Parts: sequence; structure tokens; C-alpha cells
Amino acid sequence: MTPGLAFDLLLAAALIWSALRALTTADLFRAVVLFIVFGLLMALAWARLSAPDIALAEAAIGAGLTGALLLDAVGHLRAKRKPEP
Amino acid sequence: MLAAAGLALALGHAILQLPQAAVSLPTQVAGNMGQSGVEHPVTAVLLNFRGYDTLLEVAVLLLAFFGVMALSQTQSMCPAEPAHALLQALARLLAPLMVLVAGYLLWIGAYAPGGAFQAGAVLAAAGVMLRLAGLLPAWAQPGRLLRTGLVAGLLVFVVVALIALGQGVLLQYPSSAAGTLILLIETGLALSIGLTLSGLYLCSMETRA
Repeated sequence: MTPGLAFDLLLAAALIWSALRALTTADLFRAVVLFIVFGLLMALAWARLSAPDIALAEAAIGAGLTGALLLDAVGHLRAKRKPEP
Repeated sequence: MLAAAGLALALGHAILQLPQAAVSLPTQVAGNMGQSGVEHPVTAVLLNFRGYDTLLEVAVLLLAFFGVMALSQTQSMCPAEPAHALLQALARLLAPLMVLVAGYLLWIGAYAPGGAFQAGAVLAAAGVMLRLAGLLPAWAQPGRLLRTGLVAGLLVFVVVALIALGQGVLLQYPSSAAGTLILLIETGLALSIGLTLSGLYLCSMETRA
């Protein structure tokens, strides 16, 4: 098995694992972090598929901006759930 | 779980059964690269051969931002929450670098992977970072300058499309001026996309404080 193929298999497994975990985790914050991890791994996968354009967009928009928005939404939800001091 | 596995198997089977495409698009793109005005095939497809798609995409992005703006409630500028001094110093250091990277991505788009969307995303990331460091206030009511910046990309695109329409077909640039026109459109797009994407964040954060 060449190192490239081994890396690709590892990457595919990590992608599926992080996607499953992000969907099944009960804790919202953890799910968002897993989603960001998934986005970064996906960017790596696009780079491996020699599509650097999509890799750049995925890393910046898919992982970075969407992650920041989702984290912000989780913060809003937590602030709402806590009773006002 | 079993249903998901079944669906995955069925999808995999369907993909393997796909017939050979009748038209080979990569060869067509490669054949017409000379008229596109740029040297990178992805940019040529996005801004020249399939300019429609990009134009409508930018319009959709702008509409989404209008929706977010309509939903945000506060009327006054919300001052930024103070952040750690180290974070602020780092953000001040990184922001100019990110603007530089965005400019580079915009320029290199004609020759190599890059372009307006990537440059805009980097600009937006810089905006979000400055906001998180407490250096940028949230947008309650975007002023005239900000509004102009938000629609500039779409406006430039539409104006160029209309001028091209006057000479024949919508979004078919004359091949001598195509490179300049694409760079012009991309500059406007990068600015607008950067503002819109960071605006999605800057607008939605104000309700918390």
C-alpha cells in the first residue's frame, strides 16, 4: 500500500467518523466543533482530489465562517436557556 | 442504520451505472481558453463561459444578507465587547496581512487557483476576527458607504453584462477586453462578498448584548 493510498483511506475514514459524530452528538457545542473538523478534513480531501479552488473555499467558508456563525448561534441558545441574573 | 447503508449502496450503484457524457466539457473549455481573457480554466468557466451562474449566485448571497438584516432588531450601534489585549494585538497584526492575502488571491485568480470568492472569504474572515477581538462594532444600520460596498459587486457585474448585451449577447465579452473586464468584476465581487459574508456575522451578533 502506497503512503498516498493509506493517507486517502485514513482521510475517508476520518471524514465519515467526524460526520457521524457531528450528527449524533447531543452536546451542541461539541457538534459544532466536530462540524468544523469535518470542514477542514473535507478541504484536505478536495486538495487531495487536486481541486485547490474548492479546498480554499471550503476551508474559508465551510469551516471558518459557517463554524463561527454556528458557534455564535450556540452562544445565543445558551444565553437564552440560562435564567436572567 | 440499515436504511442508510442501503441508500449508500443504491447511490454507489447508480453512480457506477452512469452513461458516458455525450459532450466532453473539459476539452471544450481547453479549446476556448484563448478567448476567455484568463489563463486558469476554473476562473474562465466561472466568470466567462458560465457568467450567468456566478451573477445569480451573488444575487442570492445578497438576498440572504437582506433577510438577516431585516431580522436583526437593535437600532443603535452596539459597542464591541472588550477582548484580551493579546488577542487585540494579534488581530491588529493579522488584519492587514489578511487584506494582502485577499488581494493576492484576487490577482492570482487569472493564472492559478484563487479568485473573487476565495478573496472575499478571506476578507470576511478578517472582519469576523476583528469583531471577535472587540475592534469592530456590530452593524445596526449600515450607512450609505457600507450599502454601496455591499451591492458594488452585483452592480458592476450587471453593468458589464448590460454593456455586453448592447453589443450582442448577455455576458459575452469581446475577447480583447475580457481579461480587464473579468478583473474589474472580480474586484467588485471580492469586496461585496467579503462585506456580505462578514455582515452575516456582524449583523447577527448585535442582539446578544
